[in-house]
Amino acid sequence: MNPQEQRLRRARLMTAAWTGFVLLVIYLPVLCSALASLGKGRYFLFPIRGWSVDWWARTLDSIEIGMLLRTSLALAAAVTVVAVAAGFFGALAFARYDWSGRRLYQKIVLLPIFFPQPVLGLALLLWFNAVGMEMSWRTAIVAHLVWIVPVVTLVIAIKVYGFDPALEEAAFDLGASRLQVLREVTLPILWPGIWSGALFAFLLSWGNFPLSLYTTGADSTVPEWLYAKMIAGYTPMVPTLGTMSTIAAASALGIGALAAMLMKRRRAA
Amino acid sequence: MATDMLEAPAPSETAPRPAPGSRALAFLSAGARCALPVYLLLAVGFAAPLVAVVAFSFATPRSFDVFATFTLENYATIFDPANTVWLSFAWSLGFAAFTVALLAVVAYPIAYGIVHLFGRWSGLVGILFVFPLFISENVRLFGWVLFFIRNGVLDGSLKALGTDGGPDVLFTPGMILFGMVYTYLPFMLFPTVLGLSLVPRDVVDAALDMGATRLQAWREVELPLAMPGLLIGMLLTFVLAAGAVAEAKVLGGQSVIVITHDIEIAFTYSQNWPLGSALAVLLMLIIGGLTLAALSRLDLDRILGRK
Repeated sequence: MNPQEQRLRRARLMTAAWTGFVLLVIYLPVLCSALASLGKGRYFLFPIRGWSVDWWARTLDSIEIGMLLRTSLALAAAVTVVAVAAGFFGALAFARYDWSGRRLYQKIVLLPIFFPQPVLGLALLLWFNAVGMEMSWRTAIVAHLVWIVPVVTLVIAIKVYGFDPALEEAAFDLGASRLQVLREVTLPILWPGIWSGALFAFLLSWGNFPLSLYTTGADSTVPEWLYAKMIAGYTPMVPTLGTMSTIAAASALGIGALAAMLMKRRRAA
Repeated sequence: MATDMLEAPAPSETAPRPAPGSRALAFLSAGARCALPVYLLLAVGFAAPLVAVVAFSFATPRSFDVFATFTLENYATIFDPANTVWLSFAWSLGFAAFTVALLAVVAYPIAYGIVHLFGRWSGLVGILFVFPLFISENVRLFGWVLFFIRNGVLDGSLKALGTDGGPDVLFTPGMILFGMVYTYLPFMLFPTVLGLSLVPRDVVDAALDMGATRLQAWREVELPLAMPGLLIGMLLTFVLAAGAVAEAKVLGGQSVIVITHDIEIAFTYSQNWPLGSALAVLLMLIIGGLTLAALSRLDLDRILGRK
């Protein structure tokens, strides 16, 4: 083995070790939550003396938590539908068309991402109040959209950059209508980007806390409830529901990845 | 020349007509029409609230008379030397600066690995780093409380091994900083990956072939070429950390009051919206100034894919 190859191997090994260590640190607290949800007692003591799935059963049975889950799901679903529709066209404006306002538009779209969410949530609280709107999970849809639409726009735009506009033009020349071109050419090519955009929208809304906190009014989402209980009134339901929520998000991501793989394979076949 | 002109196609009789529904918008270009929904959303959900905050910051303290009164009292209160709110600003900006510096060092090797070394594992490693974004930050931060707390995972394990137990690090400023580095890692990592993938491999190789040392090739070729991505990452993490509040509340146990916490207190407990708005305006000026200065220098088409 020549020295250059040896050096590359060493670099790869060290980088992999560092990456592995950082990943371990990233998932350690998630693991701690899972451990805390499996203890028997009312308070968390480690090492765990009695294991039980009691708190899981109690959390699943709780009516209050059922309501939280419904609110979170409705919110995430509504945000996903609107964000994908707006983000799809937003991405075309971002990367497909060469129009005079494009450079400015690209930067304006990024602004909500470069803005601290708690401050945005408070600003929206104040604004909704100033125009006399009743706060509920419906107002939170608007709040979530403000920062999720730019993210979805970027996710889809990255796909649009690799898209050849000549394909659309060829379809037009062959006599296809605007709607046909959209349905038969543009959408099929951009599907992978749209799916990842939808997955991002759903999961980011599902896990969002700072925007929900100030804009849901009397309604409460899962992250909000968890936070309230962390600050005052810890019960093992906190790590239990947190772990459940994490598992749900991981499953959604896994199913999304699996669907993408199957679709790719079917297209290749 | 003449034949060229003869062969030039005659203006088409059947120029593509706009679809009937979009006739009202026909004066806009296709790109502008596509941008319209996003612009509408940002006008209602982003620009309008910020205008409302600015307007509220000039209202009479402790009132809700927005647009009815005009006073600089709120700003005078903040800049009053007796007021210690500048401490919150200092904590927030200090945390943000340290977070950016630490994250640059933590994320760079990982990004380098994802771009150059991990090969077919890059995708999986990328997903593993994205996934935490989908778990609410307070859940992840609370996991650290369970880890570091008395009789928690660390303390309990060390006691079981027969030592005096873990260190008392919870509810300290260092812990808050750790929480911010932890929370914002993906926001530094992915822009850095974008930046590093802008660097053509052969340019670095060429520098090495011409006798540059590895350090020289890194400092004078790789780093400048990757800078746009690194800049985005640093800006993003700075801005988000400067406005962060969950870390200070969950891991800091309110031992340190950061600026967003002050704003929140003004909005909620003390019901002084004008003062909270004035604080928010000052924070927005710092963040907005930095963001606009950096964004105006970046060419997003080059960074995101259109060469």
